[in-house]
Amino acid sequence: MELTLWTYEGPPHVGAMRIASSMKDIHYVLHAPQGDTYADLLFTMIERRGQRPPVTYTTFQARDLGGDTAELVKKNIKEAVERFKPKTLLVGESCTAELIQDQPGALAKGMGFDMPIVNLELPAYSKKENWGASETFYQLTRTLLKEKVSSSDKINPLRWRELGRRPKVNILGPSLLGFRCRDDVIEIQRILSEQGIDTNVVAPLGASPDDIQRLIDAEINICLYQEIAEASCEWLRRNFGMEYTNTIPIGIKNTIEFINEVHEKLDLPLTNKEELENKSKLPWYSKSVDSNYLTGKRVFIFGDGTHAIAAAKIAKEELGFEVVGLGTYSREMARQVRATAKDLNVEALITNNYLEVEDAMKKAAPELVLGTQMERHSAKRLGIPCSVISTPMHVQDVPARYSPQMGWEGANVIFDDWVHPLMMGLEEHLIDMFKHDFEFVDGHQSHLGHTATNTNNILNSDEKKEKNSKEGIIWTESGRAELTKVPFFVRGKVKTNTEKYAILRGIPEISDETLYDAKAYFS
Amino acid sequence: MSKVEFNKETGPREVFCGLTSIVWLHRRMPDAFFLVVGSRTCAHLIQSAAGVMIFAEPRFGTAILEEKDLAGLADAHEELDRVVNDLIARRPEIKTLFLVGSCPSEVIKLDLATVAEKLNKRFLGQVRFVNYSGSGIETTFTQGEDGALKALIPLMESSNEEKLLLVGTLANNVEDRFKKIFRNLGISNIESFPPRQSTELPKIGKNTKVLLTQPYLSDTVRDLKHRGCEIISAPFPLGIEGSTKWFLAAAKAFKISELKVHEIISPLINRAKLALDSHKEILKGKRLFLLPESQLEISLARFLHNECEMDLIEVGTPYLNKDLMKEEINLLPDNTKIVEGQHVEKQLDRVRESNPDLVVCGMGLANPLEAEGISTKWSIEMVFSPIHGIDQAADLAGLFSKPLKRNQILTSKTLVTH
Repeated sequence: MELTLWTYEGPPHVGAMRIASSMKDIHYVLHAPQGDTYADLLFTMIERRGQRPPVTYTTFQARDLGGDTAELVKKNIKEAVERFKPKTLLVGESCTAELIQDQPGALAKGMGFDMPIVNLELPAYSKKENWGASETFYQLTRTLLKEKVSSSDKINPLRWRELGRRPKVNILGPSLLGFRCRDDVIEIQRILSEQGIDTNVVAPLGASPDDIQRLIDAEINICLYQEIAEASCEWLRRNFGMEYTNTIPIGIKNTIEFINEVHEKLDLPLTNKEELENKSKLPWYSKSVDSNYLTGKRVFIFGDGTHAIAAAKIAKEELGFEVVGLGTYSREMARQVRATAKDLNVEALITNNYLEVEDAMKKAAPELVLGTQMERHSAKRLGIPCSVISTPMHVQDVPARYSPQMGWEGANVIFDDWVHPLMMGLEEHLIDMFKHDFEFVDGHQSHLGHTATNTNNILNSDEKKEKNSKEGIIWTESGRAELTKVPFFVRGKVKTNTEKYAILRGIPEISDETLYDAKAYFS
Repeated sequence: MSKVEFNKETGPREVFCGLTSIVWLHRRMPDAFFLVVGSRTCAHLIQSAAGVMIFAEPRFGTAILEEKDLAGLADAHEELDRVVNDLIARRPEIKTLFLVGSCPSEVIKLDLATVAEKLNKRFLGQVRFVNYSGSGIETTFTQGEDGALKALIPLMESSNEEKLLLVGTLANNVEDRFKKIFRNLGISNIESFPPRQSTELPKIGKNTKVLLTQPYLSDTVRDLKHRGCEIISAPFPLGIEGSTKWFLAAAKAFKISELKVHEIISPLINRAKLALDSHKEILKGKRLFLLPESQLEISLARFLHNECEMDLIEVGTPYLNKDLMKEEINLLPDNTKIVEGQHVEKQLDRVRESNPDLVVCGMGLANPLEAEGISTKWSIEMVFSPIHGIDQAADLAGLFSKPLKRNQILTSKTLVTH
């Protein structure tokens, strides 16, 4: 039993709903009690969808449990098929139905329909949403393509030459309730098209069962979100020899590496290599003098595996930040996140508990947080600017404007979204210059919209801490005065470091000089 | 009784389960914690219904069952013990802990009553444990509050003191208004259930006169009757008419003259009628279809027809207690079609066929109907907004006139919605 106050991911059948709702001509009969229909609002409210998710809930009640719930399942399947006429039927259970073991998938298969039926077994008491989405997409792909396995030769990624056409790829993984998927797909298709590569199928977003059966018309697969598509890509590789990409095109370096990888797999010469770096404004904006102040900014990153890993790379290599924390709630991607964290010399935080993330954030004393909507709230409480980089989805993460994370435009969006919450470089310089003027009041930095770290608060909380401090360290007038001169966003860190130094050296009173000694010691 | 047409329907439903009521109950009693014993689905449901995000550590949570908990119930009980210990260590200010049953805990027959009994002994004098079920296999949406209140009744001490007991969660400001009006009427001993502090439960007995503020409290009413309370029969205090009759019924129970009531509330009524006029102008003659969700549907239909002159196409309700609702049903126009239960697909067919001007429905259905050109109002807003009483009548009407007004401003009808 796990005490959960808030969860980053829903149950696995919500993952299945994401796949079903992303696609056309599919219907999902979900054996579930009333109440589970809440999941519809994730699509109709958060994504503002104008259609209901294609889901029929069997809505069993306590009084049905003594009777024949299997008959109820069959009745709902029959009605759903007659009404919605899907080309493929998904059948599964939510957590409660799993316990009563009606095996709705087997029931559906015995009803004599001629459409393909996918029996979804998604263990609700051990797995979560992304796993459910991945498994559903995999089972669907397998069901719709398994008959073609033996009859097909392995796909030669170079066959486009013999066929006398442009190479074709599939883009796999984008789905509803995925972070900026709608726009990432457009951006990636545009980039591929510029390189002379055609998109065969995008799935699951916007695809029909017929499209899934056409997947093998492409030479290779683009695995755009590993959380959702890796299992399917791997099955297509094993059974049809289709290679798939590993690079996630978020950030300039990754986008270029991604383009390279695609070209290598297709044996397509890359002719515009030197142009690529200038496709986005990020490299120049990052190089321009105003961005000098970004150097070494302490950034704390938490999100799904794909976006957290990409953010760490961009932060360090493309914006010159210092990554002081990295973590994910995607247990399936823990290994990769740990490897990335190790390269950055930080310990990876793998957890589904947002309070643990908040604690880690507090300890890391970052100047910028890149996280989910929950980290945005935590950061707000701590008075730290934050930009959202990952699901779980919030209505704000589905902006009206074109706003991808991937490719060239994605890099532009990322530069703006991450840098604007910080102060502009020149502005920061000016604040530093004028902060001793009497007109200047701490906490007026409008970008940050918070007052949590103004001087009074820090000193008040200092006093409280001081009295409780078992080490009994005292801040003298001069030490205190000097501390107020430190920019507010690093003041907490400076204070902790100075006290640490004082304890280390057995200094009972902290003066202005101690502050400078500590500064030199830790630099 | 007016000639109302009663229908029953079964099939797939599009409604919340009783766990959803935790969203307003935990705010009403800030010293209580609601611990759902359930699955990740339960946790996800409450956080989604609560407005997706929380701004601080919430006073509700879920003890999520894992595979090993399903294997042996003994272990599950031990695990729950451990979770409760952790929780109380973390939140020592909690005075009442509600153990809330869910669909999976009911199906595996996890005995929360026994667990609560044991915990009550262990934490005697520190925390009280109460259990009820908010499961979707037994309860719909607002019935969760019914379960929670019913569970508190055994903890209420007996007293034969004469008092007026308002039963059902109200917004604090509305509650204050009501109490002021009752005091002006000459009723001085007024208490509310649920109270604002979970430990300050009202005492009840044969001189307790219960006035319901919400229509979804069947089980609570039954148990209050068993404790000797008198239930005042009245419509519910929604709109001017409902609120007036509600005050009159209370006054009658306390032998206060109708004249006195009219003297106190007629200035409020005049003011409210004035405020209602602009909404009535928009709502008059418009055709309304209510899908089932909160059990407030019948009272809303009565208000929107009698005071706002809307035409009623169909009034859905998840559950109908004819006895509790008889005063409301009497006020409905002849031939009103009430449908208890739901077959969501068939009901949506009827919505489309009848081409209503406004549909009251859940959040899962609102945008899809809007995309078809049908204006909607989310029913969940009724349980989160202060809508009770004479002073709120215009605000209540405003919830329904706003989407229609907006529809008049934004005239484009062929929108691409995905």
